[in-house]
Amino acid sequence: MQKIGVFVCHCGTNIAGTVDVHAVAEALKEEPGVVFSADYPYMCSEAGQNMIKDAIRDYQLTGAVICSCSPRMHEATFRKAATSAGLNPYLVEIANIREQCSWIHKDMPTATEKAIILGKAAIAKVHLNAPLTAGESPVTKRALVIRGGIAGIQTALDIAEAGFPVDIVEKQPTIGGKMTQLDKTFPTLDCAACILTPKMVDCAQNENIKIYSYSEVTDVKGFVGNFRVTIKRKARYVDETKCTGCGICTEKCPMKKVPNEFNLGMNNRTAVYIPFAQAVPKVATIDPEHCNMLKNGKCGVCAKVCTAGAIDYKQKDEFIEQEYGAIVVATGYNPIKLDRYDEFAYSQSKDVITSLEFERLTNAAGPTSGQLLRPSDGKHPHTIVFVQCVGSRDTSGCGKEYCSKICCMYTAKHAMLTREKYPDTDVYVFYIDVRTPGKNFDEFYRRAVEEYGVHYIKGMVGKVAPRADGTLLVQASDLISNEQLKINADLVVLAAAIEPDKTARPLATMLTASMDTNDFFTEAHPKLRPVESPTAGIFLSGTCQGPKDIPETVSQASAAAAKVIGLLVKDKLTCNPCVAHSDEWMCNGCSSCEKVCPYGAITYSDKEFKMPDRTIAIRRVASVNEAVCQGCGACTVACPSGAMDLKGFSNRQIMAEVDAICK
Amino acid sequence: MIFSYYPGCTLKTKAKELDRYARLSAEALGITLEELPEWQCCGGVYPMAKDEIATKLSSVRALASAKALGHDLVTLCSACHNVLKQVNHDMAADENIRTKANNYMQPDEAYGGETKVIHYLELLRDTVGFGELAKQVKNPLKGRKIAAYYGCLLLRPGSVLQMDNPENPTIIEDFIRALGAEAVVYPMRNECCGGYVTLENRELANRRSGAVLESAKECGAEMIITACPLCLYNLNKNTDGYDVPVYYFTELLAEALGVKEGGACDGAGQ
Repeated sequence: MQKIGVFVCHCGTNIAGTVDVHAVAEALKEEPGVVFSADYPYMCSEAGQNMIKDAIRDYQLTGAVICSCSPRMHEATFRKAATSAGLNPYLVEIANIREQCSWIHKDMPTATEKAIILGKAAIAKVHLNAPLTAGESPVTKRALVIRGGIAGIQTALDIAEAGFPVDIVEKQPTIGGKMTQLDKTFPTLDCAACILTPKMVDCAQNENIKIYSYSEVTDVKGFVGNFRVTIKRKARYVDETKCTGCGICTEKCPMKKVPNEFNLGMNNRTAVYIPFAQAVPKVATIDPEHCNMLKNGKCGVCAKVCTAGAIDYKQKDEFIEQEYGAIVVATGYNPIKLDRYDEFAYSQSKDVITSLEFERLTNAAGPTSGQLLRPSDGKHPHTIVFVQCVGSRDTSGCGKEYCSKICCMYTAKHAMLTREKYPDTDVYVFYIDVRTPGKNFDEFYRRAVEEYGVHYIKGMVGKVAPRADGTLLVQASDLISNEQLKINADLVVLAAAIEPDKTARPLATMLTASMDTNDFFTEAHPKLRPVESPTAGIFLSGTCQGPKDIPETVSQASAAAAKVIGLLVKDKLTCNPCVAHSDEWMCNGCSSCEKVCPYGAITYSDKEFKMPDRTIAIRRVASVNEAVCQGCGACTVACPSGAMDLKGFSNRQIMAEVDAICK
Repeated sequence: MIFSYYPGCTLKTKAKELDRYARLSAEALGITLEELPEWQCCGGVYPMAKDEIATKLSSVRALASAKALGHDLVTLCSACHNVLKQVNHDMAADENIRTKANNYMQPDEAYGGETKVIHYLELLRDTVGFGELAKQVKNPLKGRKIAAYYGCLLLRPGSVLQMDNPENPTIIEDFIRALGAEAVVYPMRNECCGGYVTLENRELANRRSGAVLESAKECGAEMIITACPLCLYNLNKNTDGYDVPVYYFTELLAEALGVKEGGACDGAGQ
């Protein structure tokens, strides 16, 4: 005979404000098998947990139903309490009467009725629950960091410091990411290269870090603690082990007209190139799209001049497979394309540039050696207009609805530095709002306005008209003085919204990690688990999770590293016992389950069966590797004969819940 | 090739040249434009109010009649084009407007935005093709510096009209090049001329049109072409000091195809 306890939580007024919790407890008392039913203000508190433990002992409960918040919130808490009182944790069921009931209803009688029904369903299920025991799986003590911008670098360094080996897979020929392209960093104005390049060198020199540059992740199998990852090492046509980074090949290469992506196409590079002087690894790469030798076999100058003999035109893409215990995603961001914002004339005038291009124009290693000169005629601009929120906070459908978060601060930085270096320049900033929360951020912005005399104007620019004399007529509205403005500018700088890197979406599919509608990775909990993906073993670092500035990115990168270290120090992980199993007598060997299993947990083998007529038959049947199965349930849906079932979520249990709801 | 044709009121009165040369040119290009029988005014201005139905009905009648005839519907005046395309989009995409309009009109067959509405310029670009048009040109307009004036109604809202990028359009420039002339690109080519404001605030319309003409002149334009009778009116009434003649694009087309009666579009007589 089942002895079931029911515990109804008020969650302060979160539940009790809309659900008559006492009525729920009273109604559920009448359900078959229920021997104890009570409500309490905070079931997750120590006193609430003690109430559960006492009831388990006093009534010798065989099952417990907690009517409370989502199981994602406190299932683990209540299971732990039950275990400590001697009840198998898988005999505890949660009825979610908060997120799925009290929060979405306004009317108390309706919400109360629904809460009772949800409680009844959980009771019906717990009647059929069986005690389950979790197994263990080993942990591969190596981490993978995908992309090596400042986020990936910081995460890798912290993991390596703790003594674990970590690999960085970077798509570009060098690590460093966007930060290598920046000039100075707010709010302290220290030079980006001075604080970043030592970290890049640390990565290269750390014995625990291996950098796979010019490489991409192409396949991910396995699960937390036991990922198997395929990495494509793209042919760079240069032997990394031989190249000394002397750069003579880049000097002699005759193909000199390749747009230089590091300077955003504002100057050219050669077909064989090292992205910038402080690149890590400092190894040349041949761009196969522009190299004459690779395209038509005519040239070979770099091979002739290379004293190290590192050039290898026959190099092929190479695929390697590695095992990891944890994976950190650090895929970063890009500014959006501005082709939907032609009113700002970005495609029509060279003197309308993005903020990242402005960074390159003010960077000593940039195309103008740090001189702020107009791209069209190389003259010094005397009037500069900065336009904020280009594509951010845009509900028109052309851009992004979110705030890109970093633009207010870097625009204040650009405006201030321009006024500092070129006091004869008039600087205007158009904004919707100035958003500067952050340590020393508002003080920084005020300095731009008060000390540097930057003209901040609340309002948006409607049109930038390139005029025949080479100036740019900026038409805008000043919302505070209610005036239409016309400014003759020499340079217009657009603060383009930022968006997740395009590689993030296919990577998320490989990792089965969830994303939001903007392609930012979703965290397991927005407040309490901000650096973990809901998929176990996948961690998030930097702007792949949402817009962030450098200080915030580095904090999150270190937080992700701490979570990874916490995982890698464990020798064993407790497995989820809610795994699939196959009834071999019902299995017809069709392979449907094997095809849909995302973890490769199902194998087929020929087995001998004693048939009812005493003959022996050999049948091909499925079996589940419980250490690999993650309990997703895809196989139970795919199985046409009903042989596959999920422990803890069997078809019988689910049907019992449905029956209880529909009764 | 046969198309239904909706000229609109202004093309029967003030803008006869826009209409006449469109027909002559179409004939020269082997295209038959069949004027819709008993068409009514499009309404003139697209009503923005979501619950305004009655003023859209005359457009719906034209659209439904083109559907019954089984041809795509060609428009010419920017305002008619704007209203017809937007109302057609409403009939296809907005269930509320579709239901109410059909309930009101009680047609034999309910209308749901099936007619394809195209502007004459789209006909030239997508059906004839500018490459083919260039081959048909008898009098290439070599050496002429011509600027396109789009105004605000021809292309906007871009998501509904689906004709060209409203902020950086190319369709009329490509048309000018097909006729052998040099297209002058100037930034104010898609700004408002002042429109109907000219009736109550002449000075404002003057400023708006003046800015267009000044910008075109500054970029070296010798003449301007447009598809809109109201734009042509405003630009012509505000030419003080700019000396840039304004023509309908169909007049220029007819001249290039060798079917224009009278003289070339050279500013004489304006």
